[in-house]
Amino acid sequence: MILFLPELALTFMILVFFFVSLTKLNQPRLQWMGLVLSALAVVASVYTYGQEGSLFFDAYRIDAFSQLFKVIITFGLFIVIYLGEDLSGIDKTLKPEYYLFLTLSTFGLICMSSAVELITIILSLEIASFALFIIIPFRKHGAYRKPMEAGIKYVLFGAAASGITLYGMSYIFGLTHTTYLADLVKIIPGMISQKPLILIGLVMLLCGFFYKLALFPMHFWAPDVYEGAANETSAFIATLPKVGAVVLLIRLIFLAGVDSGQFTWVLAILAVLSMSFGNLAALVQDDIKRLLAYSSIAHAGYVMVGLLCASELGFTSGIYYITGYLLMNLACFFVIYNLAPKGENISFDDLKGLYKRSPLLAFTLAVGAFGMAGIPPTVGFTGKLFLFTAAIKNDMYALVILAVINTGIAVFYYLKMVRAAYTSIESPMPKISLRFSTYLLGIFFIVIILYLGTFPQGFIDFAQEAVAAAI
Amino acid sequence: MEQYLIYNTLWYPILTVLMAVPLFGAFITLGIRGDQNLKIWGLLVTVLTTVLSLPLFFSFDLTTAKYQFAEFNDWIPFVDISYVLGVDGISVLLVLLTTLVMPLCILCSWSYIKERFREFIFVLLFIEASMIGVFISLNMVLFFIFWEAMLVPMYLIIAVWGGPRKDYASIKFFLYTLIGSIFLFVAIIALYVTTGTFFIPELMTHHYSFSYQMWIFLAFALAFAIKVPMFPFHTWLPAAHVEAPTAGSVILASILLKMGGYGFLRFCLPIAPAATVYCMPYLIVISIMSIIFGGYLALGQSDIKKLIAYSSVGHMGFVTLGIFLLNDVGIKGAILQMINHGITTGALFILVGMIYERTHSREISDNSALGIVMPIYVSFLVIFSLSSLAFPGTNSFVGELLVLIACFSKYKVVGGFAVVGAILAAAYMLRLVQKMVWADSDGHSHPGDRSQLFDLNLRETATLTFLTIFVFWIGFHPTPLLNIMDTSTAHLLKQVESGMHASPAGHHAHLNGLGETVKNLIAFKY
Repeated sequence: MILFLPELALTFMILVFFFVSLTKLNQPRLQWMGLVLSALAVVASVYTYGQEGSLFFDAYRIDAFSQLFKVIITFGLFIVIYLGEDLSGIDKTLKPEYYLFLTLSTFGLICMSSAVELITIILSLEIASFALFIIIPFRKHGAYRKPMEAGIKYVLFGAAASGITLYGMSYIFGLTHTTYLADLVKIIPGMISQKPLILIGLVMLLCGFFYKLALFPMHFWAPDVYEGAANETSAFIATLPKVGAVVLLIRLIFLAGVDSGQFTWVLAILAVLSMSFGNLAALVQDDIKRLLAYSSIAHAGYVMVGLLCASELGFTSGIYYITGYLLMNLACFFVIYNLAPKGENISFDDLKGLYKRSPLLAFTLAVGAFGMAGIPPTVGFTGKLFLFTAAIKNDMYALVILAVINTGIAVFYYLKMVRAAYTSIESPMPKISLRFSTYLLGIFFIVIILYLGTFPQGFIDFAQEAVAAAI
Repeated sequence: MEQYLIYNTLWYPILTVLMAVPLFGAFITLGIRGDQNLKIWGLLVTVLTTVLSLPLFFSFDLTTAKYQFAEFNDWIPFVDISYVLGVDGISVLLVLLTTLVMPLCILCSWSYIKERFREFIFVLLFIEASMIGVFISLNMVLFFIFWEAMLVPMYLIIAVWGGPRKDYASIKFFLYTLIGSIFLFVAIIALYVTTGTFFIPELMTHHYSFSYQMWIFLAFALAFAIKVPMFPFHTWLPAAHVEAPTAGSVILASILLKMGGYGFLRFCLPIAPAATVYCMPYLIVISIMSIIFGGYLALGQSDIKKLIAYSSVGHMGFVTLGIFLLNDVGIKGAILQMINHGITTGALFILVGMIYERTHSREISDNSALGIVMPIYVSFLVIFSLSSLAFPGTNSFVGELLVLIACFSKYKVVGGFAVVGAILAAAYMLRLVQKMVWADSDGHSHPGDRSQLFDLNLRETATLTFLTIFVFWIGFHPTPLLNIMDTSTAHLLKQVESGMHASPAGHHAHLNGLGETVKNLIAFKY
């Protein structure tokens, strides 16, 4: 019972919103309910941290690793709900349902972090995805035909990715006769050098998570979906599913064992392609959300640099980096959301003169963007330091050099965002007045990005403990 | 640790305090209202930092090459990053230069900056903290953090308070410096993985293979060469200088450029000695090119700020030349030249800022024949211009002389080229002074249209007088400063010497062909 507390808290939240969707309740009460209930889920996750156990015939593991991610994911949900104050981009009649499906997707994600059996994994993955398929077209109608396009694209790519994953699972099951990760980890390392099929099976299995993480070659959906979905939905899609993907990538990459030459090579090549493609494509974007989509493809590559090391250092760095990425990306989406009171998309022209219209938003954007660019003392810098240290420890100099060259390219477009926010324009736009709660959130982002970057040790201790529990 | 560090014995942790005072001052700035209060607050904080930094000079132990006033704390045990601070004879003067120049930056912005004063003071104090951090960090990662953290405030200084082409200049500055340092980042991690430490003094004691040293050296040198800036990488400097507000230019010229020179001395020489010796001929040639091209380009400028910016390229050429001559006199000359350039060029940029406030133009032609209306101003202009061209009796003379002595004692041809650079400096500075002070003036005042050309007020005079003291002090009595460097430079050269023999180029001798040719060329052996 107590082991399952975070899931129960979210289930309760889902049920509440289900009944609310039958009533005429509207903002701001809905948001308050969302905040209180998601805070409850965070508390439940924190409360169960440190517990250990297995449920459902050992298909579902509760340990430091899964609970750390549950804390991160539920906390991310809290921030996303906090961030979308009025849900200004969402159709008025659909707001309760929006919260319902958002929670449902989060529920899938926290199940993912505990799933240690292939069928459970695919089930959680599907719960997390299906809820998202539904809320992408929830965007307010009007000039936008894009939400539908985005929804369809996300469904089609998602279905294809799940298909590939299932196909990969069938290979693995066929060769090993088990679906439990705990058994697989004993069999696969011995098999990987003799049976190439298992390698193919593993890579195909990972495809579903590459899709969630938007890693090359499963990244095609990202720019269109980010662009088409409402700002607050993009903020969710851009962050939480990626954290969920990292959980399972860590579990699955660990399956292959540490010295698995070809497997590492495949992942390294995907990482480099993802970084290079993401960064180069981001250079020419005008829509900020598209830009962030391509940047997220690049960041998926950086995270992969840590994960493919398959060492404790690499996994810990990966967890640290994806958490930092969650915060930095949410900071950028926070600015986008507040810049677009009617829920429209933001381009570079809209950012111009931001530092006069709202110094706080401009500074939050600067901290978020510089963070993603890897300028110290932000969490992005410290994360890259850890990732690259892990990679060089594995003698992957070429990978690190390609990664830092990519960092250099990426700075250009992050700087372009900051530059736009800090250029003055002739015709001054009206000031943006922020509510006190919004103001607080902006300050929170600035402080947490700088604090985690400067004093990472506290978080690292948790991450190390989690990795030790997982491997 | 004790073999490298002498822990701080003052009643306060001086190095931490030097960073903390501006940093906390910066955050308090955000709560202060009123431009006048902000200015006074900024001045107070920077002056307090200066006062607190003085023990670095007076309590400095001249007899040791260890790092003094040191502090040590664990920081991120996950990858062995610790918070280690300390200064030696190479860095202590640069720290003092920073703390002395910063109050002047506030003073010269007193009426220059018209908008967003609070943010301006915030950014200035923030950059002061990170600049001091660069010079006192003894941990690679800590150093790199300050090195990069400095970029953002400097970018904002140019991008928000800059001139008409601020957009172009600020982004060029940012990208150049950042891209230069990405390989530095890899080199730092590679060193850590090889040795298991980020602690700089310990990294110096390890011996690396020659090819490893080459890679490390190249990665470091690229970052520092861009920062200095050395010849092919200098193009960001004129753009940044011209667009930056006065305080930005002063910080850029007086302190930021020094980080390149400091980096060479602190990292390249002791960590990669064999590679340094191997690359020496090339770097000497590049330094000479910087000196001559910088001077030559300065000759052709009509914009005063651009002229001084190009002259900086030339002066910093002397610094790198002094460093890579790899002898005692040369390195001391280089460090002294860094200090001198900080004082003199900083003052020249302040002077340009003052005239720009009055005429709103930086063109020489718009600011000519000032002698009759602004006598105090032109007196300072002449003093600092003479100092810039290394006139005997001024500070730069001592520095350049030392570097030239080092040149002639090692490679006479190099000395010959460096002298050409010195002559070019005289040519462009005297031309500037002639135009600005006299031009074709007939010696009579022509009242009317020049009413905006009022002479310097007390604040401006005080700012420049302060720097003038240093011009003549170092010009006539540089011994105290040279004494401070003495032990550390000797130790540095010993490190290079022993490191060179420990891992000689050896089987890479075939690589050495070109290097030998260049070396012979500059040694005048053909």
